[in-house]
Amino acid sequence: MEPILSVQDLSVRISGLHILQGVSFTVAPTGVTVLLGRNGVGKTTTLRAIVGLTPPAGEVRGTIRMGAQSLLARPTHRLVRGGLGYVPEDRCVFAGLTVAENLRLAERRGTTPAYDKVFALFPELDRRGRQRAGSLSGGQQQMLAIGRVLLNDNRLLLVDEPTKGLAPKVVTEVAEVLERVAESVPVLLVEQNLAVVRRLARDAVVLAAGKVAWTGDAGELLLETALTKSLLGVGTGEAHRPAGADRAAVAGKDAG
Amino acid sequence: MGTVILLALTGLGLAALYFLVASGLSLVFGLADVLNFAHGLFLGVGAYGTWWAAGNLPGAGGDGFGFVFAVAFGVAAGTLVAILVELVLIRPLYSRTIEQVLVTVGLSLAGVALLQATWGADARPFPRPDWTRQVTGILGAQVPNGGLLLIIAAVLVLGAILAFLRWTRYGLVIRAGVENREMVTALGIDVRKAFTLVFAIGGAAAALAGALGGVYFGTVSPGQGGSLLIFAFIVVVIGGMGSVVGSAYAAVVVGLVQQFVNYYGTSGLGDICVVGLLAVVLLLRPQGIAGKVATA
Repeated sequence: MEPILSVQDLSVRISGLHILQGVSFTVAPTGVTVLLGRNGVGKTTTLRAIVGLTPPAGEVRGTIRMGAQSLLARPTHRLVRGGLGYVPEDRCVFAGLTVAENLRLAERRGTTPAYDKVFALFPELDRRGRQRAGSLSGGQQQMLAIGRVLLNDNRLLLVDEPTKGLAPKVVTEVAEVLERVAESVPVLLVEQNLAVVRRLARDAVVLAAGKVAWTGDAGELLLETALTKSLLGVGTGEAHRPAGADRAAVAGKDAG
Repeated sequence: MGTVILLALTGLGLAALYFLVASGLSLVFGLADVLNFAHGLFLGVGAYGTWWAAGNLPGAGGDGFGFVFAVAFGVAAGTLVAILVELVLIRPLYSRTIEQVLVTVGLSLAGVALLQATWGADARPFPRPDWTRQVTGILGAQVPNGGLLLIIAAVLVLGAILAFLRWTRYGLVIRAGVENREMVTALGIDVRKAFTLVFAIGGAAAALAGALGGVYFGTVSPGQGGSLLIFAFIVVVIGGMGSVVGSAYAAVVVGLVQQFVNYYGTSGLGDICVVGLLAVVLLLRPQGIAGKVATA
């Protein structure tokens, strides 16, 4: 199968720091591909480079293609309208706007927003339409951040640390939602919670010191305790358990 | 009692003038992070546009509907200049703060020089409709109608801007953009269109301030925009960058403090008190009265 996203020799410098140094990987057209690595290796920088959000002072080189289309040097709003959905780290909902306004902002002219789909996944967003997004809990804000992206059709979703800072029960809920979302749209996921990775990811790309250190089957990676420890600096804990054996284990955070 | 009422209402007239300049300045800074030192130029263009139209434009004049037409011309000229400044000079410089400051400072100086070269450095008498030369008795105070006109205009502009921010799609984009501009683009929205729009709104409000300020002061001069801009910046900082309502509150406070202290203290002491107030706000509440929120 042709990959939905192809990143070749991606190099990003920001304020003199060479954060990404020739990163190359592909994202399969179905399922979840997870981007792993220790803190500060450039996972978020990679997602932001793909969606065109590298700071103006930064320098991006290499090739990023979604299908046949080159993404580099195109403005972010055009990439997103072209089907690249982005759920940023720390949710970034508009705290001063209501839930309904946050969703309305994501509507696009000429298309019908998929409120039915979003409210089916997150019924609470429908009930809390008039509530200020800033007064939502972390989990609810994450639902809103994912929901507003799902209002439109996407060819690929970039999701950055969706379970960061969430309570164990909410981590499980977010993982369930992403699992359902990934049935219809490919996802490139940055995630530190290895239980979530185990549940969702089919392919894995591991970054280390701004370069790709490992690519392959996510399940295989998590089975190799020594490899996981050397690449991610953490043990996989329940790594030898079969994937999906215990959904509740998703709530247990393995990597920080 | 009559003196207090008179001082309060003339102070509110001054506040209305500050608000008309500061509201656009605040929105432009809140959304686009542009510290626009050329904002006073829009005021100057509005004032001179109105003054020129009243004397030269067919259909326009110094009284009645002719004056309304002249003001509309001045506001349209200020708005057009604001749009051109954003499209031609500011747009290539987004995220380059120092260059923006240099360009807008240079533009404000060049604008004043251009007005001086065209119409001279001396203040010119401004066309004033008969009604604005009269006074209205309010609770024993004889209040100049020019000040009341400014207050009414500022309240209408405040209401219109708030309704625009609350009820329109672009208003929603601006409110969101003031909070997190990057995330607005990440939702597929071309935020640069909103930048042009806030420049246009700010230019229109400043040009209206120029036209009605001419009525209030009775004259128009090339440096008027620059001197009002200083107090408008103070209002923006006290009110909170990006907050129109905050600017309104801050303008009222600044206008009243200036008027009362200048009257009961020494002339000029009110201006010093306003700077002192700015220092206190920066020390105790650096984000201003309302913080960085587009509506409240």
